[in-house]
Amino acid sequence: MSGDDHELRVSKIRDGTVIDHVRGGQALNVLAILGIDGSEDEEVSVGMNVPSDRLARKDIVKVSGRELSQEEVDVLSLIAPDATINIVRDYEVASKHRVERPAEVEGVLTCPNATCITTGDEPVTSRFDVLDDGVRCAYCETIVRESIAELIDSR
Amino acid sequence: MRHDHLITSKHLTRADIEAVLDRAAEIDADPDAVAEKYAGSLLGLLFFEPSTRTKMSFETAMKRLGGDIVDMGSVESSSVKKGETLADTVRVIAGYADALVVRHPRQGAATMASEFVDVPLINAGDGAGHHPSQTLLDLYTIRENAGLDDLSVGIMGDLKYGRTVHSLAYALAKFDVHQHFISPESLQLPREVVYDLHQEGASVREHDALEDVLASLDVLYVTRIQRERFPDENEYQKIAGEYQIDLETLEGAQDDLTVMHPLPRVDEIDPAIDDTDHAAYFEQAHNGVPVRMALLDMFLGGERQ
Repeated sequence: MSGDDHELRVSKIRDGTVIDHVRGGQALNVLAILGIDGSEDEEVSVGMNVPSDRLARKDIVKVSGRELSQEEVDVLSLIAPDATINIVRDYEVASKHRVERPAEVEGVLTCPNATCITTGDEPVTSRFDVLDDGVRCAYCETIVRESIAELIDSR
Repeated sequence: MRHDHLITSKHLTRADIEAVLDRAAEIDADPDAVAEKYAGSLLGLLFFEPSTRTKMSFETAMKRLGGDIVDMGSVESSSVKKGETLADTVRVIAGYADALVVRHPRQGAATMASEFVDVPLINAGDGAGHHPSQTLLDLYTIRENAGLDDLSVGIMGDLKYGRTVHSLAYALAKFDVHQHFISPESLQLPREVVYDLHQEGASVREHDALEDVLASLDVLYVTRIQRERFPDENEYQKIAGEYQIDLETLEGAQDDLTVMHPLPRVDEIDPAIDDTDHAAYFEQAHNGVPVRMALLDMFLGGERQ
């Protein structure tokens, strides 16, 4: 059975975004980044642990009626560095590109250091520099290499 | 200096550091030349946690330059007690003063505060993060006693939470210095700092016993192991005792070893060492004034007459 056959298990969408080649187990974190919790009208399809030639196992997230912003794609890259973003219009893939890791991300992660100034009551937006193998708080300089998804701000 | 603020020694170049130390030496040699240079200028002191030496030496430095200070006072007596944010406090005091000195218990506080002000801001300690003005007086003392290149420096004690240690390590990385870090495993240098030092290409080694490295050192920088870091008093007593030095300890050291400490000390250095040529910690504290005068001079206007 080919990879395409597996992908058919998740229905095609008319307009929206398909996030493919998400590392296995990260689909729910992708939804968290996009602020999708099922409370809005967006129609979302998720395939988890689907066989993949490139990743062995991958997740797929399809979001109808919504094209991702560059900021959202930047943050996605932290937990899904191999992901491809497919913008779908009228059932056709209008554009397809790999995510690229940004130099920094702002306002999307919470610093795990309880004594960092950004975790107090100050009017400051969290900011992290993106390293080759993790992220680093621009304020207290704490480096996080694993479990970055756990730092995602719940929206 | 490249920056409008002094937040971390990490961002100082060797040339920046040497410029401050050279200016401090000039001022040290002829303090009268700058005695009235900043008459009419005000330095805002915002200390959100206790300080004696740092606060008083900044105050002294400003007054010796002819200027004056406005002091927020203790947290208990300030509007911070009412819940005012650091961001609001610095914005208000920046409207009164020509420069700010900020100490705060949270890491990254000085970085954040600097984003809210348009006057120079000097970080006087942000939690376990950085303390760059202390580092500059440390370097001034090291330069006076041992020079700043082709040197072996041992840094011992609480390396994990010691902000003076982090700042010193970053600054020494700009010079030809072999750095030896001596601590119990639980108080080793934060991995972030080690990562940065390696990125800088610094010569760094970690040890758990002073005797492993003492004989090779030109400078031994001792810091206090803080009792409150240990939930078990017995565990503290056991560890702290291994990182205290006395005359017997120094028998294994070079004759010209310079012993430093950012102070206050508790029992890390036996007072019997005070009267030896090794002791440089009181000289180090005194150097806080000319070094901070140099810093203020550079931040408040440099060549202004």
